[in-house]
Amino acid sequence: MTHTVTTRTRASRLATIAAVLLIAAGLALPAFVDRSMIKDLFFILTMLTLAQYWNLLAGYGGLVSVGQQAFVGLGAYGLFGAAIVWGMDPVLALPLAGLFALAVAIPTAFFAFRLAGAYFAIGTWVVAEVVRLSIAQWKAVGGGTGTSLPRSVQADMTGTDFVGTLFGVRSAAAQDILSYWLALALAVATIGGIYLLLRSKAGLALAAVRDNAEAARAVGVDAGRMKWLVFLAASFGTGLTGALIYLQKGRISPEAAFSVTDWTAYVIFITVIGGIGTIEGPIIGILVFFVLQTLFADYGSTYLLALGMIGILVMLFAPRGIWGAITDRTGLQFFPIRRRLQKTPRPEP
Amino acid sequence: MTILELDHVSKSFGALKVTDDVSFTVAAGEALGIIGPNGAGKSTLFNLITGNLLSDRGSITLLGRDVTRISPMQRCLMGVGRSFQIPQPFSNLTVFENLVVAATHGRGLPEREVTDDCVRVLEQTELLARANQSAGSLSLLGRKRLELARAMATGPKLLLLDEIAGGLTEGECHALVDTIRAIHASGVTIVWIEHVLHALTSVVDRLLVLDFGRLIATGACDDVMARREVQEIYLGIDV
Repeated sequence: MTHTVTTRTRASRLATIAAVLLIAAGLALPAFVDRSMIKDLFFILTMLTLAQYWNLLAGYGGLVSVGQQAFVGLGAYGLFGAAIVWGMDPVLALPLAGLFALAVAIPTAFFAFRLAGAYFAIGTWVVAEVVRLSIAQWKAVGGGTGTSLPRSVQADMTGTDFVGTLFGVRSAAAQDILSYWLALALAVATIGGIYLLLRSKAGLALAAVRDNAEAARAVGVDAGRMKWLVFLAASFGTGLTGALIYLQKGRISPEAAFSVTDWTAYVIFITVIGGIGTIEGPIIGILVFFVLQTLFADYGSTYLLALGMIGILVMLFAPRGIWGAITDRTGLQFFPIRRRLQKTPRPEP
Repeated sequence: MTILELDHVSKSFGALKVTDDVSFTVAAGEALGIIGPNGAGKSTLFNLITGNLLSDRGSITLLGRDVTRISPMQRCLMGVGRSFQIPQPFSNLTVFENLVVAATHGRGLPEREVTDDCVRVLEQTELLARANQSAGSLSLLGRKRLELARAMATGPKLLLLDEIAGGLTEGECHALVDTIRAIHASGVTIVWIEHVLHALTSVVDRLLVLDFGRLIATGACDDVMARREVQEIYLGIDV
């Protein structure tokens, strides 16, 4: 007998097929639905991406940050800076915006990693406030009041003409479709990338550190390097997503781009009610959040109170989130990472 | 060849001296037992050897290299494997995955190259049937075996066992000792802290006695146990 290792389950095979079909449908969708639907989907995809990165940080890396709005804002301002100051094509400037967030993440990690637990959380928030106040001094992108992307910059974006011709729509609608496609690509790449990371040797080390950091170090796991890896990856991804969100909005201000409510509180809500520490959790979470927002957002502070109540109820009765409760009952896993050792008969010579 | 050398190592927690000027060497292929009453500083000594604690004074040499200041992770890569006194499994991973973490990170190998080795260690430690079970669901004996297996998966030259036989029934203890003896016979150097003396002396060649952080006796098992001060301090016998 020899042994082989597999992670696949029947549910994951079905999930692979479903994912391929969903992505294909997602790409073709702009041909069939109106602009407001495309905008809603853009919102869902970008919030899902932010939630996946926060989940990577807190759920897998144990780094509970409440300062992720720093990287959303940095990515967004990186994009506006590149487009307005250097005159770059905003679509091509997206990766650069991610790198801008990454560049600030390195010194941030250097300081924040000296703190643990709740102190780390507060530390990241403080850093985010410092970054917001600093960016508000940047006059070229509007200082404290903010600015808009020049219309010419948006209209000349790479791909706008192509999308416009393809769907026979005007420039403004073409920009929305292009942003939506980019959001779809980013969400797919993020989920795929995180899943590959979790299935790798590094992902196994992350799980080991989460279970028992001392024992992990004793078997040669570099726990410190894991924290850096997760924090920098999440900062880059969050920055990239922030840049895309503000490319679509077309207008930026420090208050909005560094909003702790929009980019961290909602994101934590999505991850926690969906199920922290699972890839499926944020997917469920964003759907619940979107429905709640669509139905109740007009009620203002009552809506926020209701969100808080739902958060508390989920924590009390399903502490591992909605998806956690589902897997506990059914054992269902669409993104399995557990390695199973299987006996395979030795092939006949 | 000397595999491990401690030279005048001391460690204090505040005013409490837990390791007091300890020096000894371990030869390659040897099995050394460490005994002493509770609180004598045995586990602290292990933590100093693995690097989980840093010594205040003295030096620790591993395979000819001074490791006094280097991290537990690097010492693991150099060939130090350890079991914890209270089993510390990665509870949410399976037994097999526990070993894969140790084998890939402890030896710096890619995952596809370690499967066969992990299976061999699982067979050796009689955990193969439980390979896909989550580590948190193991019995005490299972957890003790997993401690041993995970340390073995790192491919250690020096294996440190911390009270691995404690809390087991006579039969379980016997089976575990057989496994440890087989590991020693395969060429792994062992340093073993244990209160279950008959288990310890059936494997080790030499004993070292600690009391209040000081090394008070060392030598062949029978000689050491026959010494009056050892019987007084360790066994509490008033001779």
